Amino acid sequence: MDLSIDWGWLADHVGAMYERFLQHLQLVVIAVLAGFVIALVLGIWAYRRRRAYAWIILVAGLLYTIPSLAAFALLRPVTGLTLLTALIPLTTYTLLILVRANVAGFDSVPADVLEAAEGMGYTRRQRLLRVELPLALPLIMAGIRLATVTTIGLATVASILGESFGGFGFFITEGLNRFFLTEILAGAVLSIALAFAADFLLVRLERRITPWSRAGAR
Amino acid sequence: MTGLATHGAIVQFDHVSKSYDPAATKRGTVPAAVNDLSLTVPAGKICILVGPSGCGKTTSLKMVNRLIEPTSGRITIDGVDVTSRELTELRRGIGYVIQQVGLFPHQTIGENVATVPRLMGWTKARQHERSEELLAIVGLEPAKYRDRYPSQLSGGERQRVGVARALAADPPIMLMDEPFGAVDPIVRDRLQNEFLRLQETIAKTILFVTHDIDEAIKMGDLVAVFQTGGHLAQFGPPTEILAAPASEFVARFVGQDRGLKRLSLLRVGDVPFQAPTTARPGDSAAEARGRALADPLHYLLVVDEQNRPIGWVAAEDIPAEGQVTEAMANPVSPTVSRRTTLKDALSMMLDADVQTGIVVDRTGAALGLLTIEAVADRMREGDHAPAFDQAGMAEEAAEHDELPPGEPGAMAPEPEPQAAEA
Repeated sequence: MDLSIDWGWLADHVGAMYERFLQHLQLVVIAVLAGFVIALVLGIWAYRRRRAYAWIILVAGLLYTIPSLAAFALLRPVTGLTLLTALIPLTTYTLLILVRANVAGFDSVPADVLEAAEGMGYTRRQRLLRVELPLALPLIMAGIRLATVTTIGLATVASILGESFGGFGFFITEGLNRFFLTEILAGAVLSIALAFAADFLLVRLERRITPWSRAGAR
Repeated sequence: MTGLATHGAIVQFDHVSKSYDPAATKRGTVPAAVNDLSLTVPAGKICILVGPSGCGKTTSLKMVNRLIEPTSGRITIDGVDVTSRELTELRRGIGYVIQQVGLFPHQTIGENVATVPRLMGWTKARQHERSEELLAIVGLEPAKYRDRYPSQLSGGERQRVGVARALAADPPIMLMDEPFGAVDPIVRDRLQNEFLRLQETIAKTILFVTHDIDEAIKMGDLVAVFQTGGHLAQFGPPTEILAAPASEFVARFVGQDRGLKRLSLLRVGDVPFQAPTTARPGDSAAEARGRALADPLHYLLVVDEQNRPIGWVAAEDIPAEGQVTEAMANPVSPTVSRRTTLKDALSMMLDADVQTGIVVDRTGAALGLLTIEAVADRMREGDHAPAFDQAGMAEEAAEHDELPPGEPGAMAPEPEPQAAEA
């Protein structure tokens, strides 16, 4: 294998990289969002039911141990070579992180704040939406950041489903098949860069939506 | 003035019991949290629920806004059973202040104060107006505080915001669960004084939980002493509880120094004063000596033209002829006002050479003498007389330095000791 970098190839494939970027982004955004919605529902339901919570974490943990390649293989007869086949495992893998983060977020809401809210006449729904959810945000966002970064790395594996999958992972798979280092590195570096960028943007987002947490003591 | 109505509601407990395990309570294995509680809090009064931990005082409080539901019995507000009212509507009509305050960390101070008005669907403008008004009432300058977050405030400031938030929708009732328990003693004392002053204008019905008997005595119009097992051991005005504890338990709980505590509830104006034998410089010494010798005290009080005390002179030291002079007088007696507590007066008297207090009015003119014997007599008398003379208080309120000038009922802006709260 030629160990030098083929700059010409890189220059020729900027357009392809952009396409793969959009594809990668699509996989990650859908998987994390879907995972978040499922984890939020599970979290709200489970955070006052410790037994149910223990079961959810156990199941999510078991699902997390399924190798992604095996998951793709198992799903292929059912969902075929579709985006769904890629999304189901990616979404599932986010659950362990996100359910834990959401429940930790709800747990972090101080008891006195909840008591005050109840005593002042918040309905359950108002308390959830206006008190618990906003106050859980810092930990929820920490979960989303971790899930996003993990999924960006994991999404590259989806490239084994075919040419139209896997985002930056396509370059890695194709590079491996062709023994072409430049392409492998391009896929890896782009994937890492995307992870860094996503994390940075999510930190910015978190700051913006939790202005109170920056207002330190005087 | 404050935009808050001055009205309270009558809160009545009618054979209220609460057990967290009714079956076990029946068998006698688990004591009830609250046991057959009946008491009536008149409108506009502060009722303190006090007792050791596990006595059911907080449980009783939380049954009023139904954070806890009673096992049996009923609680009424102005005759209406609380269980007949819609839960959120009931709670929005009752101010609630807790020890840890429970301010919403993600909302600004202004938003925190406007919580209940917002829940009740007031317009934004009205919420804002009320929020500003209440911040001013509790002594927090709105322009300075409204946009801050709770984490940027000191403990004392947060408690003020807690009180403002509880008052925002002008509820007739306030429930306060150890509201000043988490701040240091100096701030607590100030918050207590300010709250009492505020209550003079807003006259809410207040149920106030504390485990501190001194706070109970200071803050309460009525004090309910709870005993472990959820029994009401005694219910009455603080002076009555101190003078005549209903049981061994109450006597122990109020402490061996309850006599001293009673002294701090009584004022100089509650004790009859003796008329002193007085003379002015320039009066005939022989005549003054004669009067002093006739006085059981054997002392003469030299006063100036305005009747202000200059000092004492012993009868024997007055010359048989000549004039009374200022130089004869020893300025050694403490002067007290009618509003001084007996505790403070007694303390000053014990410290002085002549253990007799001179009671003066606001111009400093001598009104009479306060003797240790008179204090002792007053203590023996019990509490048939009013705790202190309201008319005398009103008359002297203006002169008293505990009441700084300003809007009555407003908590004064607080220069908070920040170091103490870091």
